[in-house]
Amino acid sequence: MLKVSVDKINDLFRAIAATQKLYLPVDTNAGAQYREWSEGVTMSQALNTNRSAKDFFFPQTENLAEFKMEGKKIEVKPQVNEYEDYVVFGVRACDAASFAILDRVFLSEPVDTFYAHRREHGTIITLACNRPAETCFCTTFGVDPAVPGGDVSAWQKGEELYLEAQTEKGEKLLQAVAGALSQAESEDIEPVKAAIRVMMEKLPLAKLSLKGIEDQKMLDLFYSDKWNALSESCLGCGTCTFVCPTCQCYDVRDFDTGNGIQRFRCWDSCMYSDFTKMAHGNIRNSQMERFRQRFMHKLVYFPENNEGIYSCVGCGRCLAKCPIHMNIVKVIKTMGGTENE
Amino acid sequence: MQEAMIKRAKELLAEGTVNRVMGWQAGEFAYDITPTVFSSADELDKAFVYNDFCSANVSKYMIKESRKEGKILCFLKPCDSYSFNQLLAEHRIWRDNVYIIGIPSYGKVDVNKVRAKGVTGITGIHTDGPNVVVETIYGSETMVKMDVMEDRCLCCKSKKHMVYDELLGEEGEVLQSNRFEQVEALENMTPEERYEFWRSELSKCIRCNACRNVCPACTCENCVFDNPASGVANKAPSSDFEENMFHIIRAFHVAGRCTDCGECSRVCPQNIPLHLLNRKFIKDINELYGTYQAGEDKDARGPLTNFTVDDCEPSIVHHRRG
Repeated sequence: MLKVSVDKINDLFRAIAATQKLYLPVDTNAGAQYREWSEGVTMSQALNTNRSAKDFFFPQTENLAEFKMEGKKIEVKPQVNEYEDYVVFGVRACDAASFAILDRVFLSEPVDTFYAHRREHGTIITLACNRPAETCFCTTFGVDPAVPGGDVSAWQKGEELYLEAQTEKGEKLLQAVAGALSQAESEDIEPVKAAIRVMMEKLPLAKLSLKGIEDQKMLDLFYSDKWNALSESCLGCGTCTFVCPTCQCYDVRDFDTGNGIQRFRCWDSCMYSDFTKMAHGNIRNSQMERFRQRFMHKLVYFPENNEGIYSCVGCGRCLAKCPIHMNIVKVIKTMGGTENE
Repeated sequence: MQEAMIKRAKELLAEGTVNRVMGWQAGEFAYDITPTVFSSADELDKAFVYNDFCSANVSKYMIKESRKEGKILCFLKPCDSYSFNQLLAEHRIWRDNVYIIGIPSYGKVDVNKVRAKGVTGITGIHTDGPNVVVETIYGSETMVKMDVMEDRCLCCKSKKHMVYDELLGEEGEVLQSNRFEQVEALENMTPEERYEFWRSELSKCIRCNACRNVCPACTCENCVFDNPASGVANKAPSSDFEENMFHIIRAFHVAGRCTDCGECSRVCPQNIPLHLLNRKFIKDINELYGTYQAGEDKDARGPLTNFTVDDCEPSIVHHRRG
């Protein structure tokens, strides 16, 4: 266990940024967002960023290949990216847990090399949540915000920031910046962990449970008549999917450049009318079906295919951002048979 | 007001005037309210709410709901009634299938502004006269309502209902609003500053389409941006240019029909002040064609869909320098 005084935290940032790019949450007029650190940049005190940390590995849009046409000749240019090492500081436990879920999708065969390279080059420093919000329900999915994971975990205790490597990559990073850190005892942060767990117990969603859903058959859930009311006022926008740290669907599109094609991929949303549109048309024609797909995927299909792991980490972004405040918590409560209290 | 609304809704359900009620449903933390259709007195008792967090403009839902069997009761705030009336003007709502009760709005509270004050862990929140009282797991806080009110309510254009079958509470007046001041600030920028302003704002866009989908003026059955055959359909920007164009094209398309309800900016997850684009158009229309408020008169011809010999020439843009 190492530590640095919070008023000297820039020394740590400087030491990291001297060797590689450092990103951390910064307050902007679009809420807290990850930005590159440079002298004068201060870290946001917000609990979490507006957009999730998945952007680092899975950007909203990226080019895959280019096709150039000259007369009848077509030249194919594969996308060549230069990947450099980088550090993300201040990732919360929920977002850190989302990486393992994304890995299951992108790192299983066939491996998504774009994702794999970015994942490989990134070192994640997590930060424990001293002041969780009412929208937090990570504990429902087994995430412990007192033990935030990542390559290095960090805890703030008063005016001191404690850091502990969790992986080899994290170990390497801390060794490289050892000059900015001093030795500390692991026991020092036990009161912080205990305090976080006490706060988590007090949260309004602390008791949220998937039990009611686990006990039901997939088809019973699928054909439930409750989906109609739940999805009734859904606008069909993509806000929930785009701010979600675990939503990983994308579309591959061709952009006509005038003398060829730029093939790119972009985030897609199951809420959109053209999602998975095929030659014969669309398989989900109503918003109810699209809405149902999103929650069935996260709470039923994904765990069915992944040893019971849900593809939700309880970060609460969709709770805060949905224009009509319909969200996964209300779905769980309604489908699980518990009343809204 | 909430009790009076529930009482009246139950009466109308009981006497068979309506078979459904469009309103707002309570959520988990007192502020996360969902527009909902209620179909029984029980449902109303259980979850119907009306308070300073019922921000959502429910008029657009009436396009779909008015086509269903039977009449629906719809509660409209003054602001929403402009949108509803504009949709009537565009023949998008089947008026005979909607029973409208006009309800007052005292200015809605923006929970994001509450959060911006460092308040988190909200378990309860309510307005108490000029104050907002917030209960959190870390203690309770009282703040001045004006400080946490939605921006659009701070420059409210009208407390008067444009369409209704009956009213609950007292009818208000059309107000002298200072809503064009923000537009003037933009007009007073140099073109370079203004370009920079919009580039930086629009580049925040994540193309979630919430602004379009919530907009009561955006009612195309299939938006050009959702139509793969259009050649401009995109879920994400393939270039910055396209990204900026999405919002500008949308603003042009709703010009003359936008009532300035402000839903676009309310729902934007990236806090882009999208309403300023529309408000600029409204201001320009006022100056070029005479004062016009969309949604005020459902039988009036809109300035951009009407022709008179006195209409200004396109060269006015050059003379006015924008």
